Amino acid sequence: MKESTKPIYNKLVISGIILIIILLMQPLEVYIFLKDIVILFPKGFIGLEQRNLLILIQALMLLFIVPIYILTFVFSWWYRADNDKSEYDPHLVDHKIAEFVWWGLPFVMTVLVCIITYFKTHELDPYKPIVSDKKTMEIEAVALQWRWLFIYPEEQIATINYIQFPKDTPIRFKITADAPMNAFWIPRLGGMIYAMPGMTTQLNLIADETGEFRGSSANISGTGFADMTFVAKASTQEEYDEWVASVKQSDQSLDIPVYREIAKPSEDTSVQLYQLKEDDLFHEIVMKFMKPESKI
Amino acid sequence: MFGNLTLEAFQHDFVQTMAVMGGVVNGVLLIALITYLKKWKWLWNEWITTVDHKKIGIMYIVVVLIMFLKGFADAMLMRIQQATAAGATHPFLGSEHFQEIFSAHGATMIFFVAMGFMFGIMNLIIPLQIGARDVAFPFLNAVSFWLFTAGGMLILISLAVGHFSVSGWLSYPPLSGVEYSPNEGVDYWAWSIQISGIGSTFSGINFLVTILKMRCPGMTLMKMPIFVWSSLCAMVLVIFAFPILTATVGMLMLDRYLGMHFFTAGGGGNPMLYFNLIWAWGHPEVYILILPAFGIFSEVVPTFSEKRLFGYASMVWAMIVIAVLSFLVWLHHFFTMGASPNVNAFFGIMTMLVAIPTGVKIFNWLFTKYRGKVHFTSPMLWFFSFVLNFSVAGMTGILLAAPPVDFQVHNSLFLVAHFHGMVIGGVLFGFFAGFTYWFPKYTGFFIDERLNRMAFFCWFAGLLLAFMPLYMLGFMGATRRLDHYDPSTGWQPLFIIAALGGVIIFFGALIQFLGLFWSIYKRKENRDTTGGNPWNGRTLEWATHSPPPIYNFAFIPTVNQLDPLWADNPPKEEKREYQDIHLPEDTPVAFYIGTLCMILGFAFTWQIHWLGILCFAGILGLIIAHLSEKEKHMTITAEEVRKIEESYTKRQQTA
Repeated sequence: MKESTKPIYNKLVISGIILIIILLMQPLEVYIFLKDIVILFPKGFIGLEQRNLLILIQALMLLFIVPIYILTFVFSWWYRADNDKSEYDPHLVDHKIAEFVWWGLPFVMTVLVCIITYFKTHELDPYKPIVSDKKTMEIEAVALQWRWLFIYPEEQIATINYIQFPKDTPIRFKITADAPMNAFWIPRLGGMIYAMPGMTTQLNLIADETGEFRGSSANISGTGFADMTFVAKASTQEEYDEWVASVKQSDQSLDIPVYREIAKPSEDTSVQLYQLKEDDLFHEIVMKFMKPESKI
Repeated sequence: MFGNLTLEAFQHDFVQTMAVMGGVVNGVLLIALITYLKKWKWLWNEWITTVDHKKIGIMYIVVVLIMFLKGFADAMLMRIQQATAAGATHPFLGSEHFQEIFSAHGATMIFFVAMGFMFGIMNLIIPLQIGARDVAFPFLNAVSFWLFTAGGMLILISLAVGHFSVSGWLSYPPLSGVEYSPNEGVDYWAWSIQISGIGSTFSGINFLVTILKMRCPGMTLMKMPIFVWSSLCAMVLVIFAFPILTATVGMLMLDRYLGMHFFTAGGGGNPMLYFNLIWAWGHPEVYILILPAFGIFSEVVPTFSEKRLFGYASMVWAMIVIAVLSFLVWLHHFFTMGASPNVNAFFGIMTMLVAIPTGVKIFNWLFTKYRGKVHFTSPMLWFFSFVLNFSVAGMTGILLAAPPVDFQVHNSLFLVAHFHGMVIGGVLFGFFAGFTYWFPKYTGFFIDERLNRMAFFCWFAGLLLAFMPLYMLGFMGATRRLDHYDPSTGWQPLFIIAALGGVIIFFGALIQFLGLFWSIYKRKENRDTTGGNPWNGRTLEWATHSPPPIYNFAFIPTVNQLDPLWADNPPKEEKREYQDIHLPEDTPVAFYIGTLCMILGFAFTWQIHWLGILCFAGILGLIIAHLSEKEKHMTITAEEVRKIEESYTKRQQTA
């Protein structure tokens, strides 16, 4: 073989060091950006469970990745061509027991992760109501071009780009879109679900603490997509009741003609508060694509 | 007369205008250079009309280089934009332009860089590895190449004329429907995907038949080189998956042109159908790319460990398992669509099962090194960083496969980091390894090893720096495809680090380009003087000269075992007489078909119907005319073969 290689071990050592630095950087990053790492430090039960599953699977996977890393470095180093001490056995190309081990070990591990996944998928199904002693609250979310309309059917109010709800109360979001597809996501509270025109999806979330959380659309939906953010505020029950009462006094009201206006493409992302004057608005929006005689 | 095409289509913002001008100037310079060197005739006779698989392979790689420039420039613009756009009211690029860029980046890199690179390497190597003189259907092979090029050119044209799609690289409806994207962007995307996709289907059929029918005597399936096996699996996937792509994009086009309602929100259409269909193609597509990369590493590692591949049979079965599983996992691209937990769990579990054969492959590679003699040549370095990056990306892939976790990181930059770790760390590094490993075979000289290593270290460090922060950004709730974001999110420092990583990768790519030209310039010094087998390779491609003569092998070889060049008891060579060799004759028809397809795509994009119909008639006419002709052969006489073979021997003696 043409030996065109000068020893490059020092460079490999350097890349090893870079690798270690980058790996070390990760805890440091976690430390520096602590308050911004929303997924690892969630404020709701669902988010917490999802985070825990993430860390569990990650830990199980590391049981494989770490040995692979070590073997990669050790084998490459010890069996380098100019190491006289290492054994050379060109006929070792098949070993039934060894192969049985590395078909078997990943199999056992993967089956374990699969079982966990199966049960956790059922447990954390976004459609599954959250068990709580408080009554579940319903909020209907509509992705428009390019802002979010929220309808509180029981309270008879509606908002744009802002939601408020009491903490420790389970919330069921019913989600649709009167726009290209979007995804409804409040990372602090838990995972996302798509918002699709002509269809309703559901998402059950709960906030364990008060605070203002960032919500956004997570699926490209056109020009104003980057600004499709909203504030989700979890407050105490009293604050929430006060807020609902104040919105009910709002001088803006939402009915079909007003809805037709706000459903037009717009990059105005300001918060708006409405009294709701149309009972079945959410249903009408979903059915807009289904029946020609829809009111919208 | 000109459909929707107006002068407005030529007006762009500053960044794009500069890019267009750069492209035009380069094109004019290239044409001037060819004219000055009087190379038009040579170009036409030797390259454009060729049906020789080796030349087609090289042309694939040339087109890939051009498309890579475009795709990489897009990537750099995105990194600059996101690093600077915290709270920007007037960001570097407008949101529409930014969306055009990420759509073009994805489409270019997957369809015209990764796919092209794969077909390029397969063209160069597969016939040599199985001891054949050409692929099964040489003319179809040329047609595939020119269709691929036509699609790529349409994307380049979209830079200068009008706009590209703004709805992402897979153009999800209803955003890509005519209601929300009325202009020409999605049509550019659709036509370039359709044209090149049909080319890919042809290539898939071609290579499948080649591998199954044209192996040299004695080469049974389980004696095939492992790269051929990987390509066989990938080509089966191509044949099953690409028709789905063609049909899906076809339905989208019917929606757009004829007002049908396959994927619209209203009128009985259903966008969810598109998601299922496009990913039923899209997930196998990822494995179409990664399997040949696995195959390349399975060739590189044994050669540079001076030891045969550990567990050949188990490697083959692992690839077959991956290929089968690839069709059972598509729904994991949209767990968030709200399917029932049973459906989600099924697809999550199927996805996780892919980890088993992949893990087996990694262990087999590592144990190929065990008790071997490892040489740290640059293909081996690419393998080294492949293992490191691919294991991290694989691990995050398992996380994404668990539906509850996926709800939190789907469509975030975590996902972006995951698939770039796979596609750069796995596919691209694999192709780089193969490119370097086989370079002396198809050119006859070496690529500059020192520059190549420098490029490697840039890519390695740059990849880590550019994509590790994206995992963290995903955890911070950063969605993909944002043209700007609020400074209070705290994302900007990590975006800046990622942009720095991009700059380092840029230097890596630059050094690679320079290294390539430098190696060509210094080809006399870098000549391979070993008679065609510089690395002590073990498969048939190393048994012929470098670069191989037009007929590949003067005598079709016979093999009786795996790794014939390392055989303990090779079959005795008999003194044989040279014989006449028949090869297919060059033809410009494939080039004409490609060109007409490009014009057809352009015409329908701009709704210039008369031109489109004219082109279609032309294509049909060409095909009928070509198929009605009697197949023409050129014959290389035994005397010429002897002369060519002697010239190689002489060249080696003088060196």
